[in-house]
This record gives sequence, structure tokens and C-alpha cells, in this order.
Amino acid sequence: MVNGATEESVLRLIPLLPLAAAAYHGVMLGLVRRPTPRTVTIAISCGAVLASFVASCVAFWSLIQHPNGSHLLVDNVFSWIGSGVGVHAFSADVAFLLDPLSSVMTLVITGVGSLIHIYSVAYMDDDQRDDKGFQRFFCYLNLFTFSMLILVLADNLVLMFLGWEGVGLCSFLLIGFWYSDEWNAYCGSKAFIVNRIGDFGFLLGLFLLFSSLVDVGKPAVEFQDIERNLALITEATLAVPEWLGGGEWLLVNVIALCFFVGAVGKSAQLPLYVWLPDAMAGPTPVSALIHAATMVTAGVYLVCRMGFLFAVAPFASMVVAWTGALTAVFAAVIAIAQTDIKKVLAYSTVSQLGYMFLAAGCGGYTAAVFHVASHAFFKALLFLGAGSVILALHHEQNLENMGGLWRRTPRTHVVFLIGVLTIAGFPGLSGFFSKDEILVAAFASEIPGHTWLYGIGLATSGLTAFYMFRLHFLTFYGESRASADIREHIDEPGKLIIYPLYVLAFFAIFFGYAGLPQVWGDLVFGVDNSNSLANFLMPTLAVVPHNQLDHTTEVWLAAAAITAGVVGFGFAWFFYMMRPQLPERIAAALRIPHQLLVRKFYVDEAYDLLFVRPLVAISDRVLFRVIDVAVIDGLAVGGIARLVRATGTNLLRHAQSGFAQTYIFFMIAGAVAIVWILLR
Amino acid sequence: MVPIEHVIALSAALFTIGVGGVLIRRNLIVILMSIELMLNAANVALIGFNRMWPGIEGAPRMDGQVFVLMVITVAACEVAVGLGILISMFRNRDSVNIDEVNLLKW
Repeated sequence: MVNGATEESVLRLIPLLPLAAAAYHGVMLGLVRRPTPRTVTIAISCGAVLASFVASCVAFWSLIQHPNGSHLLVDNVFSWIGSGVGVHAFSADVAFLLDPLSSVMTLVITGVGSLIHIYSVAYMDDDQRDDKGFQRFFCYLNLFTFSMLILVLADNLVLMFLGWEGVGLCSFLLIGFWYSDEWNAYCGSKAFIVNRIGDFGFLLGLFLLFSSLVDVGKPAVEFQDIERNLALITEATLAVPEWLGGGEWLLVNVIALCFFVGAVGKSAQLPLYVWLPDAMAGPTPVSALIHAATMVTAGVYLVCRMGFLFAVAPFASMVVAWTGALTAVFAAVIAIAQTDIKKVLAYSTVSQLGYMFLAAGCGGYTAAVFHVASHAFFKALLFLGAGSVILALHHEQNLENMGGLWRRTPRTHVVFLIGVLTIAGFPGLSGFFSKDEILVAAFASEIPGHTWLYGIGLATSGLTAFYMFRLHFLTFYGESRASADIREHIDEPGKLIIYPLYVLAFFAIFFGYAGLPQVWGDLVFGVDNSNSLANFLMPTLAVVPHNQLDHTTEVWLAAAAITAGVVGFGFAWFFYMMRPQLPERIAAALRIPHQLLVRKFYVDEAYDLLFVRPLVAISDRVLFRVIDVAVIDGLAVGGIARLVRATGTNLLRHAQSGFAQTYIFFMIAGAVAIVWILLR
Repeated sequence: MVPIEHVIALSAALFTIGVGGVLIRRNLIVILMSIELMLNAANVALIGFNRMWPGIEGAPRMDGQVFVLMVITVAACEVAVGLGILISMFRNRDSVNIDEVNLLKW
């Protein structure tokens, strides 16, 4: 303890407990190399994350009790990097900042994380591997929790980047967890490489922001200092090189766009979303924790955390909003035709993340954070429910081999239905409120084309209802399409699988009332200040000017969203319950558009052709065969070795005559030469 | 009093003789003696230079002479080791000719 046991120092426990668990597993796996009993592994991993959750609750409690009302807890652990003095000083501390924004994220990460850790105990127990694989899984999972907590708790951009890279690494390790299957390893590498593109943007933004602040004499990487000094550079412009058209761009726009590139990579937005669907190669709890509830929302968190920057960068905000809206509708369209249960959920995640960016771009940062939290609950619920289905069917993921499961797995069916209703925006559930907030933010914003953004969002909510109910109907209703021997062995998984689902279902239903929009507080429940989440978050999030909407408009907007959901549900009901043969006939009749959807608009193929193949070809033909083999290995390393060898064997070895007096002669000659040179 | 130039000339002459002996003679005993000659040439020079400097407050300066004592010590050690090697060599080879020990070569 550096500062003594103050109330802030509970903050360091939150990330350090999972780190300690991960370090223990790492030491046992890497150095001791003796199998650890599963019970010990479970106790340490789950215990650490649960303890971290308790610490988060304590920290949250002391945050809302904070006497001076500043809404901040800062725990400065130690000075990490420091260099330079004066205006060129750079210092990054390992310091944790708990403000309303990071406290919401921390509670979600540790809370949902704990449930998923418990769920994983049962899920990975089914995995017929040795205790070592079991421990390795929990090692990575703990390490991920640590990195994610560092990411959200960091009080400066440099420490945040550490967490940012850490979650990317853990994502890579966990996607390729079953690495003996080459495809899984490929998917892991794909996720990592695509994320690197985003990370590059993050780094560029960080460098540009820091050097701009240096130029005005206020170097800082801490969020609060950046926010304080940002006004000094909001007017600055950047000369654009000739080949980009020349002219001048607003510096803050460029910085914000660089950070947004980072967010696009991490949060799987157009055009870098391609890694997320393939990330489903990992175990299902991983998909739920990393690729639905927490890591992929890091981009949204970054944009909200840097909201003060985006608020003064109107162009960048517009790009954020449009990217989000287009991603939302694009991924929703692809999800319609997918046949893998996890792929549908993956595209749904991409689509919902698009919603969050839409909200953030429109200045609705509270709506974005609200949707991050409610999405974490219902999408984790859906993924874990899908995991339960996959276990019941003995690792069958294809929707075409499901159907009729509600009789055999009634409890999974109920919680999954709750998840589907929540994401589809059934009135009163959390997804309804958070999505409504986003659509209201889009409608009320002042950025150009906001009505279009609203329209796209509305259409997407209809599509969401359609593909989610399609998924539900195909999985649980109708006749079972599983093969006969599997059909006989469909069993609902045990309590450890089901109970976390109950908890998540509870939050999926009721979490929305934490952020109840004022319109419903006034009209339905008769309470003032009903949106306690927004009131709680407001002091830390940037405020963007927007149009004020009256309650009538908001009710109409909600009615439109409900209508869109009902239409989506109706189509799903019609196609997959009333006329189950119809989708196939339509697919046969519209073969080309259907293929386009099934093959995901051939985006992967296009990227393969445009980027991967040229890159691999250049790497192989030029970088590997010419630069590496011929120049570095052949000329530089091998050439020097050959040169030394040749001069030695042909020339210098004759100097080694074996006659002591010859050596003495050269020694004396050398001494004489040195004296002569010195006295010359 | 002998002028310093004479001392240096003597020292240089001794040293040159020593170098010549080391380079030309094949007998290891003679080579050792020549090395001794070079060391003592240095000693002569040191004594000569020591005499150039006046004393401090009446007390003579002894730095050069102290050096000489050290050189003598080192020379004694060197002769001890050198003669040891020489005896060992004579037992193995029945010879003290340095040209016959040339195994360590390419």
C-alpha cells in the first residue's frame, strides 16, 4: 500500500484479484507443470472474480456516498512511465479512476463475468480434455477479466492502451483455445490481425493528441487533464497533404477519427467487423463474455470516455453515427440468412454495437452506455442460452438440425425467450428502453441526416425482431430436425448452466428500470427523475446540443419502434411457424440474393482478394524470399559469415605460424608503430 | 653528476639489446635473460628520471625508486614462472629451442 488503506485503495483490488488468479494458473501451468485439481482451479478463478465483483460493489458504494460529491475516486498506485521536464514532460501512472461511467462498466464486467465464470465451470467440464486444458481456459479468462478492468478503470490513455491490447491478446488466445483444429487457430489470428488495424488508429490518435497538447504547452495523457486542456486545441487545424486534396482539417476531427478507427476495430464495426463472426470458433462462454458483453463494447466505452473530444469534433461524430447506423442494418440483414446459432448471435452483436455507436455519434452518450449495460445482460443471456442448447444437442450448432427443443429443454427455452423478447424490444423489458433511448437520441440530434439515421435504426429494430424470432422458432419450435440418435439423448444441462441464466434473465427484464426514460416515468409510473442511470452518468459524460422533444413525440417514436418489432415478429411467425416451407421456396426463387446473404455479401471473399492475398503474396515473394532469404539471410548474415571464413582460411591463418618469435616481432612492431604515431 | 641524456642513452641501448636478444636468439634461457635486460633498462630510466626531480621541503622524492622495487619484484616472479616453464619444456622435449615448440598453429 503506497497511500495507506484509504477508501480509494479498494480500486486496485478490482483488477489485481483476477490478475493474481491468472498468475497462479500461469505459474502452475508453465513452471510447476503438475496438474491442478479442477476444484482448486474453479475455487481460485471464480473466487477471484467474485471477490473482484464484491470490491466493485464496495467501490461503487463509496462512490455514491462520496462526501464532496465530486463523483470521482482516484487510486494512484505508482508512477509507471515518466520522462522529460517542463512542457515536454510525459508521465503515465498506474492509476485507477472510478467515475460513474467506469463504475457502470466495472459492475457489468465483474458481475456478468462472475456469472460466466460459474457457467464455464459446467460448460468446460463437458470438454473432454485434461485438467491442464481446463486450467488454461480459466487462466485466460482471468487474464481477460484483468485486462478489461484495466481498460475501463485506467485514468490515462496509456494505461488504457495496456488493457486494450491485453483484451485483444486474451481474445486471440480464447478464440483459438481449441487450437488443435486449424480453423480455430486461423479465426484467432484473424481476430488479432484485424484488431491490430484498429489498435494502430488508437495509437496514432494518442500520439497526435499528446503532441498537439505539447504544442500548446500542456502535455497530458490523463483523461481529466486532456478534458481540461482540450479547449486550447479545438481551433487548431491540420494541413492536409496535396495527394489527399489539400486544404485544412480541424485537428480534433482527425484525432477523434483516429480513436474511432481503434473503436471500429475493437467493436467490430464496418469495415472491420469481419473478425467477430469468426470469433465464434471459441468456446461459447468466451463468446458470451468477450464477444458480446464486455470486450466488444470497449470501443463504445472509448468513444463515451473521449466524449468531450467527439463533442467538439462534429465531423467525427457524424462519421461515428453513420458507421454505427450502417453497421446495424448491414449486420442485421446478414443475420437473417445465417444457419449457425452462434453466427446469428454474432451478427446480432455487431448490429447492436452499431446501435451504440449510432447513439454515441448522435451525442446520446448515456443512451450508449445504457445499451452497453442492457446489451451485456441480454446478449450474455442469449449466448449462454445458445451454449445450453449446444450442450443439450451434443455440440450441434446448425439451426437446420434443431427444432422442437422446448419440450426437452423447457428452462432454457423460457430464459432464451426472455432474451429474444428483450433484444426485440418487447415493451417493459430492458432492451426496449435502451433501444428507445438510442432512437430518441438519433431523432433528436442535430447532425445532418439524423432522420435517415433514425429511419435506419427503426428498420434495424424490425429486422432484429425478425431474425431473433426466426432463431427462436427454428431452435425451439416445430418438429425436431436432429438426427435420430441425438434426438434420443437431448438433455437439459445442469444447475450450474441454468442458474446463471436465471440471474441474467432477471437483469434482462428489470435492468431497464434503472434507466427508465423520463417519458415513461411521467406517463406510466408517475415518478420524477426516473432515469437514475442518466442522472448518475450525466456529470462525467459530454453534453451535445440536441433538439428537445415533447412527450407526445417520444410516445410516437416508441410506438413506431414497437410497430417495427411487431412487424418483424409477424414476418418471422408467418415464415417459420405458419408456413415453414415458404422460406425454402423463397430462397429457391431468389437464388442470387439469397446466396448473397448466406455468403455474407462476399465481404470475406472480397477482403481475401483485395488485402489478404496481395499481402500474403508480397510477404512470400518479396519480403520472405527476396528480403529475408536473399538479402538478410543470404547477404547480411550469411555474407558476413562467408567473408570472415574466406579471409580466415585464405589469408589470415598464415599469421598463426606457431613461432613465438614471429608473434613477438609483430607485437614489438605494433608497439613501435603506436609510439611513432603518438610522437609524430 | 651524470647528465640525464647519458642515463637515457644507456637505458635505450640496454633495451634495444634486450629486444634484439628476444627476437633473434632461439635459446629460451637467453630469451629470458634478454627480457630481464629490458626490465632493467626500464629500471635505469626510472632511477635517472627520479634524480631529475627536486625534493619537497627537503625530503627527497622516491617515486621512481619505489617503481624500481616493484619492477624487480615482478621480474623475480616472472623469472620463477619462466624458469618453471623452461624446466617443464626441457623434460618433455630434451631441448630449450623455442622454434621446436610450435604446435599451437593453424
